[in-house]
Amino acid sequence: MIVAEQKPLDEIKGLIAEAEKVLVLGCGTCVTVCFAGGEKEAGILATSLRMASKIDGQPKDVTHTTVQRQCEWEYLDAVADQIREADIVVSVGCGIGVQAVVERFPEVWVVPGLNTSFMGLPTEQGVWEERCAACGSCILGLTGGICPIARCAKQLLNGPCGGSQNGVCEISKELPCAWQLIYDRLKSQNRLHLITQIQPPKDWSKSRDGGPRRITREDLRLAAEASE
Amino acid sequence: MSDMSQAEMQIVAYSCHYCAYAAADLAGVLRLSYPAAIRIVEVPCTGRLDVLEVLHAFEHGADGVMVAGCLEGDCHFQAGNLNARRRVARVKELITAVGLEPERIEMFNLSSAMGRQFADYAVKMTQQTASLGPSPLRAASGRVSRTGAGGDGLGTRREGSGDVGPSTQKTPAAHQERQR
Repeated sequence: MIVAEQKPLDEIKGLIAEAEKVLVLGCGTCVTVCFAGGEKEAGILATSLRMASKIDGQPKDVTHTTVQRQCEWEYLDAVADQIREADIVVSVGCGIGVQAVVERFPEVWVVPGLNTSFMGLPTEQGVWEERCAACGSCILGLTGGICPIARCAKQLLNGPCGGSQNGVCEISKELPCAWQLIYDRLKSQNRLHLITQIQPPKDWSKSRDGGPRRITREDLRLAAEASE
Repeated sequence: MSDMSQAEMQIVAYSCHYCAYAAADLAGVLRLSYPAAIRIVEVPCTGRLDVLEVLHAFEHGADGVMVAGCLEGDCHFQAGNLNARRRVARVKELITAVGLEPERIEMFNLSSAMGRQFADYAVKMTQQTASLGPSPLRAASGRVSRTGAGGDGLGTRREGSGDVGPSTQKTPAAHQERQR
């Protein structure tokens, strides 16, 4: 899932300072699961903004609503009236959600309520850890299902490095060495031969180095005559 | 005390059914007096406490909130009171960001046999809240007369009646109902 966390309230107050009618727009997918921007969090933020604006002597009309997925325009259309009626929309979806609202409603001023952090999973209740860097060229099949791009500080393809001490990365005592994890996993599965293969330099053109990425599936696109 | 009498204050006391609510009941049975500012809301467990509900209490003018759960280690649902303590800490952070004092909400732990302690905690919370003065949100949300019919604007359940005496006074019938 996409993991995010709410911006400090003062920062959000600054973003909406000029507006009187504010809509806090939640998202019912990833940010709901990571407790950053779902229905409950949108309600908490809207309530906090109402209270803060009253205390500051400039009460704002702050409401909130949540759609199933902000990153699909069809779901946004269901709350189009609420979006258009607001002076400003505080999206507590991920960065994709913010931009989806902007692209669908270009006339509306939209600001982010969250800092989108990473793609990861909850390792325990209340703890999320990064697992994927969306590098565009997955090598998990060679590394025992442990990603060195997301989990190794140096993104090494042939690790570990000299900074790995007793299974811990040199950058933090809290951070396990990804390549130690890979070694242990491959050893437990009798697949250590995989770690002896020297990996060539990674093709980063499929990652951010290649600019914004786009995937097109012609078989899924609507025929031109049908979409008209 | 500031420009607010205890009778004018509104402190919402989220009280666990298995301990604090029964302790408040016991305080009433013992005829212990504690501030009328306390408005008890019975919850099945303080683990039921919801951050948004507490924020709504503050938004609608509560001067303070006390959360009263079982003694740590004695929760009827094992860890509900421990979860509540963390949520109280979260609410402290949230209301601080909003501009309220974090001392306006506190967590207390007691057993159902601790009627006197409930009254003591109620006094402590009332004094602590009074020292902070009325909530700046109270004027904005409007005041509802204590003597008026219906609720108090906080969505709270009113216990007892009138402006004097313990707010946990119950009718004998209500008391007997709880004893069954």
